[in-house]
Amino acid sequence: MEYAQQLFGQFFGAEWGPALFSLTKNLVLIVAIVLPLLLGVAYLTLAERKIIAFMQIRVGPNRVTFFGIPWLAGWGQPIADAVKALMKEIIIPNGANKFLFILAPILTITPALAAWAVVPFSPEMVLADINAGLLYILAMTSMGVYGIIIAGWASNSKYAFLGAMRSAAQVVSYELAMGFALVCVLMMSHSLNLGDIVKGQEGGSFINWYLIPLFPMFLVYFISGVAETNRAPFDVAEGESEIVAGFHVEYSGMAFTVFFLAEYANMILVATLASLIFLGGWLPPFNIAPFTLIPGFIWLLLKIAFLLFFFLWFRATFPRYRYDQIMRLGWKVFIPITLVWIVLLGAVMQLPPSFLNAFPLNLWFH
Amino acid sequence: MGFQDIIFYFFATVLVASALGVITARNPVHAALLLVLAFFTCAGLWLLLEAEFLAITLVLVYVGAVMVLFLFVVMMLDINLEHLRKGFWRWFPFGALLALVMAAEMAIVVMGKQFSLDQMPTPAARAADYSNTKELGRLIYTEYVYAFELAAVILLVAIVAAIALTLRHRTGTKFLDPAQQVAVKRADRVRMVSMPSEKKE
Repeated sequence: MEYAQQLFGQFFGAEWGPALFSLTKNLVLIVAIVLPLLLGVAYLTLAERKIIAFMQIRVGPNRVTFFGIPWLAGWGQPIADAVKALMKEIIIPNGANKFLFILAPILTITPALAAWAVVPFSPEMVLADINAGLLYILAMTSMGVYGIIIAGWASNSKYAFLGAMRSAAQVVSYELAMGFALVCVLMMSHSLNLGDIVKGQEGGSFINWYLIPLFPMFLVYFISGVAETNRAPFDVAEGESEIVAGFHVEYSGMAFTVFFLAEYANMILVATLASLIFLGGWLPPFNIAPFTLIPGFIWLLLKIAFLLFFFLWFRATFPRYRYDQIMRLGWKVFIPITLVWIVLLGAVMQLPPSFLNAFPLNLWFH
Repeated sequence: MGFQDIIFYFFATVLVASALGVITARNPVHAALLLVLAFFTCAGLWLLLEAEFLAITLVLVYVGAVMVLFLFVVMMLDINLEHLRKGFWRWFPFGALLALVMAAEMAIVVMGKQFSLDQMPTPAARAADYSNTKELGRLIYTEYVYAFELAAVILLVAIVAAIALTLRHRTGTKFLDPAQQVAVKRADRVRMVSMPSEKKE
């Protein structure tokens, strides 16, 4: 690494060398994050189809394989789907705003990938260790709704427009509840830095995780996350029984697939954030021998996979919410719960130190 | 010209171009989207000034929430552009005069002594672990606490007023209380009847 830095310094001079070096280094690191992420997205679609199939007593995809190996049957399906989507024509409807129509999928996937810049995968593995990491992720996920709105408007179709309207209202409503739930977390951790939030949950076992004192906030955050990613049972933006396919009804080929990539990348992001801020991130559930032998990165992956399973489980079991009930849940149930919890948490934090340093409060407030 | 200068000029060019686009675009949806771009590049400029909290909040609040609602409304409007541009030249002198007055006022303030360059020395670069989120929170809740509380009260009044202006109770709506719906037991709706099986004739 230092050798490469020197090489850049010699090649581009003292002024430009360091800047270009950090640019190149960051680009390589970005590719190192995005490639496994996209692979994860591809195989999440396979996992979804397989798991929902098992829940509905079907088999799921079991045909496409690599080099004819029988026990890999089904594992080639995401690759085959991607190749099929790439080969298809992107049809631009009459009267559509061509520029915005093409821009919309790009605007959806960009924030979904950009949010990963501040996610720490282990104490050392983080691309940008910034102070306001949690805030940055909130800002990026709130950007994702533009792709959906623009897609709905630029398609020049009533179904797409209705889907976009529903999605915009839904995302804006649930963002508030999500933000308030995160306020509780940062009140406890005294930090917006995701690495520091995980470090605040250290202390020996899973009892110290923020999941225990903030359990209602975990539920609010996770359900809001499902709503924010427009997943079932909150998928009224697509609502195939009412508005065909919602905002992406006019899209075809790779443009359509990009919306799906963004949706699954956002799902993984919500699961990752929930495991970082509520489930202790890379910390093992018990700080004793067999658990500490497994590296922290594997623990994080396990927690993410566990939460992602819930996304698929919801989709297989719950019927779709009615639109007005979605709004009611967001505004009249979640936001009051989070506000009450913030006040309660603030009151507990103002208790005299003799209380805070005694069992059980000393597990979380330190 | 260093690396930072190039980034600055890039952001500044995009900002000015998109701001011009906001007032010249014919389609109101395009104008709103250009305003989003302007906010975003503005946030980039604030990041260059090491004001990361303000920059991210700008994106979170204005781009993520306010402009979404703006777009929401603008997209549903059916605006007749011909009608809007009807009196343009009649009102142009008045608008130009207003613009000139505003520009002159801004020039007086910005070019005055308080804002000249020697009054504003380049601030020293902060250490990497300096958190201006914490610093801002400390300032807001200590030195500027009254101003902050006043702003909060004004916002609260605005919320109450907005709700009071739009709240209407219509009679005859078929609204069902979800709490009642959820509380329904099987016995309320279904009557189990035990019927003895009959013999086939």
